[in-house]
Amino acid sequence: MSDNQFYESLPEVEPGHTFLDSKELVLNMGPQHPSTHGVLRVILKLDGEKVNGLECVIGYLHRGIEKIAESRTWAGFAPFVDRLDYTAAVSNNLGYCMAVEKLVGIEVPKRAQYLRVILTELCRLSSHQIWLGTHVLDIGAVTPLFYAFRDREEILNVFEKYCGARLTTHSFRIGGCRWDVYPAFIKDVLRICDDLLPKIDEYKDLITGNRIWMQRTKNVGCISADDCLAYAITGPVLRGSGVNWDVRKAKPYSSYEDFEFDIPLGVAGDTFDRYLVRIEEMRQSIRIIRQAVAGLPEGPIIARVPKVLKPPAGEVYMSVEAPKGELGYFLVSDGTAQPYRVRVRPPSFINLQALAKMAKGGLVADVVAIIGTLDIVLGEVDR
Amino acid sequence: MINNFLGYLHSNVTPGEAGSLIWVTIYVLLVFAGISVGVIFMNWFERKVMAHMQVRLGPMRVGPHGLLQPVADALKLIIKEDLTPANADKIVFWFAPVCVVMTAFCTFIVVPFGRTHAITDMNIGVVFMLGVSSLGVLGVIMAGWASNSHYPLMGSLRSGAQMVSYEIAMSMAVVSAVMMTSMATGTGTLSMIGVVQAQMQQHTWFVFSFFPVGLIALAVFVIAMVAETNRAPFDLPEAESELVAGFMTEYSGFRWSLFFLAEYTSMMAVSSMAVTLWLGGWLRPFPNLLGGRNWDLAFSLVPGLAFLALAALCLFTYTKMPRLKSMRSAALGLGAFASVLGVVGIVMLLPGVRDRVQDIFWFALKVGFFMYLYVWARTTFPRYRFDQLMKIGWKVLLPISIGLVVLTALIGVRQELFALVWR
Repeated sequence: MSDNQFYESLPEVEPGHTFLDSKELVLNMGPQHPSTHGVLRVILKLDGEKVNGLECVIGYLHRGIEKIAESRTWAGFAPFVDRLDYTAAVSNNLGYCMAVEKLVGIEVPKRAQYLRVILTELCRLSSHQIWLGTHVLDIGAVTPLFYAFRDREEILNVFEKYCGARLTTHSFRIGGCRWDVYPAFIKDVLRICDDLLPKIDEYKDLITGNRIWMQRTKNVGCISADDCLAYAITGPVLRGSGVNWDVRKAKPYSSYEDFEFDIPLGVAGDTFDRYLVRIEEMRQSIRIIRQAVAGLPEGPIIARVPKVLKPPAGEVYMSVEAPKGELGYFLVSDGTAQPYRVRVRPPSFINLQALAKMAKGGLVADVVAIIGTLDIVLGEVDR
Repeated sequence: MINNFLGYLHSNVTPGEAGSLIWVTIYVLLVFAGISVGVIFMNWFERKVMAHMQVRLGPMRVGPHGLLQPVADALKLIIKEDLTPANADKIVFWFAPVCVVMTAFCTFIVVPFGRTHAITDMNIGVVFMLGVSSLGVLGVIMAGWASNSHYPLMGSLRSGAQMVSYEIAMSMAVVSAVMMTSMATGTGTLSMIGVVQAQMQQHTWFVFSFFPVGLIALAVFVIAMVAETNRAPFDLPEAESELVAGFMTEYSGFRWSLFFLAEYTSMMAVSSMAVTLWLGGWLRPFPNLLGGRNWDLAFSLVPGLAFLALAALCLFTYTKMPRLKSMRSAALGLGAFASVLGVVGIVMLLPGVRDRVQDIFWFALKVGFFMYLYVWARTTFPRYRFDQLMKIGWKVLLPISIGLVVLTALIGVRQELFALVWR
């Protein structure tokens, strides 16, 4: 529904009367609002504090990334995907590189695969830390944000030492990794793992048992497993509703089959369960990193890839488990050095659909909590 | 005339009771200046405490340890453009911050900083304070209405509902304390000074009387006062993540700073009320355990010594500061600050001064404790949702506070009966 259609669907207000004469209050939340996580615009139809309905308006951060791909080479487009979900650039990169590798048929060396796993899981940790800080901030607790960002800094430092960039890393190349580990890499990563476990307990101590937190999140933004599947929701939101679906387990890629880890599941599908799922995912990530570091094989870090990549004509779909959910790339090649079409399946965009269903009937404060728990990044929603 | 003017200094009553118009004016100005300085200090204090709880430093650049940051902020706010929205109700929009600030400051008319350090002593002081402080909601509703915008409107509606519901629980808790004043003398009082004097006569603070009734009453009052002043975790009217800035959204510049001033002033006002009613007002701690003339003397020296200790701390930091050209003005500022503190400390040790001033010190210390609680709660708790807030107000705090009133009455009657029988 476009803006105009939406406004036309509202009850008529006679000229000379203000919005106060109508039964419903239309509140325009965003695109500039402290807790819409960027430039999401939500039009709320309110009855007092109660939400009667809402409409998401997106596109304020649209940069035409998918279209840009058509004028870049296959390798030249890779840095652009960092800008999709800028809080988890490594996962985006992994998905794109693996999609191209699948299209061309490149076998990635084992060492590169393990290295990719380590970096991607570190990235998942940092993404979840941003989610935790901002989500809790939306619900009104200021302090955990700073703790989460303090600990995220350690991870970003490793990224910086590894590839020079902190946020949009572009550390992977088609066929493997660009750089081998720096000398103290293993030590740094293990130290992060050791330090982070007690800190995750600290987050839990600060938040989980808090009565206000429980009141604010339990039975808020519930979504059933069936609805999740109907909306094609993925990631922690889906698992919070009790559906055991994680691409890392369901269709293992990049040697994930080598590692032991559990998929945490929720029961009620409310905000509190999704919170617990993500916190537990952080623990599992640390578990995976430790195994990958312990078993990091020797060998080359990149396969032999021609300088100018011309994949055979055809199409391919490859998806990875990004921190927000299933991140998929659908590539179409016409046999030239440039992609014919790159279509991204962004988890944030698809998860955001459920906002209207989850928030309806709740209060204004719940809308904010639900936007936080969906963990959207507008760079990925709008592309 | 001059004799009359100076003669007041030896009297034992507040200027209002003495009927000295000059001294009332002086006291009003002093209280106004003192509260404003308190707000400025509180701004710095809150940011510093929050910062240290959140693993960061807070303001560090303007003045030593950011001490001058609030001054810089105030200056910035004053020279900022003062916007009025085009569709706003101009007069109401202008009057709302004035109303909020006026009511917040008016409450301090009856706050006793010491036996003689109050503007006046009203026989209905407690009721006056409750009444005037609840007038502040009028300004908030006016601000929300006049802005002619959605967020402020919702913020002010929330604020109105919230303040009205928590006022009742708050008043009931106050009633419990007021009932306690009649225990020793047989005649209860609503005067703020009278309440403290009753605690002096009963040799206890009301927070400890009828244990744990006084303690629960204080707890109810503290929760209600946090809600009453719209502070976290009850800061729904200005919930940043939901309503941007609530009723203050359309305000900017100096008028915004008036709201800010009013918020902190009313925080201090309700804290003063809690201190007066339950924590013995200006009375020094441990009157029973550490009683006697010597201990009185020792405690009267504490304010001066505290200031001297602060001065010593500043001087120590001054000597530790790197001798850099760029830091010369900051170092000089700190040194000057230390010497001012030192002089104040020495003056406060003089016999004539210390007896009159120590009341204010103890009072300020106790209020400071509550202000710290405010900051602590703000950094710790998530925010309540509107329906939950109402539920706590009406279904939890109100029954408890009514129960407290009944319980206080029952215990009081029992004790009186005991006294009668023993006699």
